[in-house]
Amino acid sequence: MTAAAAGPPWPDPLVDVAGVSFTYGDRPALEDVSFAARAGEFVGLLGPNGAGKSTLVRLVAGLAAPASGTVRLTGLDPHAAPRRAVARVCAFVPQEPRLAWPFTVRETVMMGRAPHQGLLALPTRFDRGAVDGALEACDLVHLAGRRLDALSGGERRRVFFARALAQEPRVLLLDEPTAFLDLAHQVAVMHMARVAARGGLSVVAVLHDLNLAAAACDRLVVLSGGRVVAEGAPAAVLTAERVAAVWGVPVWRGEDGTSGAPVVHPVMDRR
Amino acid sequence: MTLSPAARLALALAAGLLAVGLAVAASCALGAQPISLGAALAGAEPDASILLGLRLPRAVLAALVGCALAAAGTALQALLRNPLAEPFVLGVSGGAALGGSIVLVAAAGLARVAGSAGEALGTAPPVALGAVAGAIAATLLVFGLGRVAGRLVPEAALLVGIVFNAFVAGVITLMKMLVPPEQANRLLYWLLGAVGYESPGTIAVGAALVLGSVAVLVLLSARLNLLTLGDEEAATLGLDVRRVRALVFFAASAATGAAVALAGMVGFVGLIVPHLVRRVVGPDHRLLVPASALFGAAFLVLADAGARLAFLPLGTEPPVGAVTAFLGGPFFLWLLRRSARPEEGTA
Repeated sequence: MTAAAAGPPWPDPLVDVAGVSFTYGDRPALEDVSFAARAGEFVGLLGPNGAGKSTLVRLVAGLAAPASGTVRLTGLDPHAAPRRAVARVCAFVPQEPRLAWPFTVRETVMMGRAPHQGLLALPTRFDRGAVDGALEACDLVHLAGRRLDALSGGERRRVFFARALAQEPRVLLLDEPTAFLDLAHQVAVMHMARVAARGGLSVVAVLHDLNLAAAACDRLVVLSGGRVVAEGAPAAVLTAERVAAVWGVPVWRGEDGTSGAPVVHPVMDRR
Repeated sequence: MTLSPAARLALALAAGLLAVGLAVAASCALGAQPISLGAALAGAEPDASILLGLRLPRAVLAALVGCALAAAGTALQALLRNPLAEPFVLGVSGGAALGGSIVLVAAAGLARVAGSAGEALGTAPPVALGAVAGAIAATLLVFGLGRVAGRLVPEAALLVGIVFNAFVAGVITLMKMLVPPEQANRLLYWLLGAVGYESPGTIAVGAALVLGSVAVLVLLSARLNLLTLGDEEAATLGLDVRRVRALVFFAASAATGAAVALAGMVGFVGLIVPHLVRRVVGPDHRLLVPASALFGAAFLVLADAGARLAFLPLGTEPPVGAVTAFLGGPFFLWLLRRSARPEEGTA
């Protein structure tokens, strides 16, 4: 169902993956995977290590091409389309962004404007506005002049999130945005992702913390062994039986009293 | 104390141009024969011939070589995402020297059988072309062999470059045996790196190559910022990584090839200058590339003048490559120790 042709300005869904397979050498990573993400939706990709979550996000970002099946990103084929066209509609926050040179926070966020800028990347009024907005949204205004190597891990993660927002994409891809963060920063990042989705973006995040995903995401997609094994609202997807089957761990399942989001907890053998 | 980016660029360019002007003036004024710049410009002899025939062309030559090497070093550091990259250390200069040597030796051979055709091949444009081709080949070799499982490993690329340099020195030493003494001197000159006295035609060919390739690097400087983030991040920010990297490869190789054709293997300029400039202007390549190019020019003019003057009492002068290696070797080791510290790492 690719609605790239005429009509509304953006096709619905913004991310449309249909029947995709992918292999690393002869090791299959994804088999016949389909999923979609619409504007305004925050989708969490869950699954054990090696399930193919990061591979799927990389295919959506156009960093690799599927062996079979189709990937459509706002109607574009993200691997075949010019990089600049893809970068204007899709921002990707990698797991461990590199820090080769000590750019400042503002300089780093300004790099998000690159796909909208000319050869020398001279910032316009619009570029400055987008950067100011992103710095504000990520609570970085007071750190704007600081060098990245002088920030904590959580602050740095917010900088890369801000760079993605400054890109003004339609689709925001996050690869384990909460890894290595303390609880407060995990919640802050998930909140920023929710706000971005409420603002009309389609947000797709690879997540490991099931409870954080259940609390923050609108919809969850569970991958296991390169296949989609469940998809839907968090309460329907995260049943005790399914978590035990997919992750191979017996869990206790309850509910958050205020939000009704499911809560799962591993049952440890305490002998 | 916070200036707008445009003001910082203007300030950096003004300071760089001033440094080049002062360095060239100092280099022209000082030497074995005391001359008056004022008298020379008024046409008084022998001051005018010394200034316009010897010292000014030599200072211009040194400025071109320094400009090319510093700009190429800055670009290679961005490509390798490592502050230790540099045309000499990476073997790019070695490839250029080898390419130039091959053309020169072929010219000497051809001259024996076909006279004038061989002499034509031994002139500046074909030799410069050979140097540029050698530099490009070396860059491809080093960045190709510096890959482990498809990923560029900076330390591996640096090792390949160092080994390649040793190989080149051996080959050029062997080739020296094949040619008449005057050409053998030229080959030796390439190994040592010396700014000498070249004809206006040679300087013009070198200037066109250097200024052209440095201009390309300046135009690509905003893209270089993205390249330092890594291939995939740069791609998700809209960069056509392969195309840009190929352009940077060629421009940096051409600049290095031109520098080597003019003055041989002058090492470490591309290491020292970009590092010091980065400490002042920061990591934005739109400032860093032009500022490094200008301060590289000033640096090599002064290093060459210093080499000329320091050994004046002995009546000799060391090649400028010896001076830059004397300064650059310890500098490289200091940077290596620094970048080995985990929080300063490049990963």
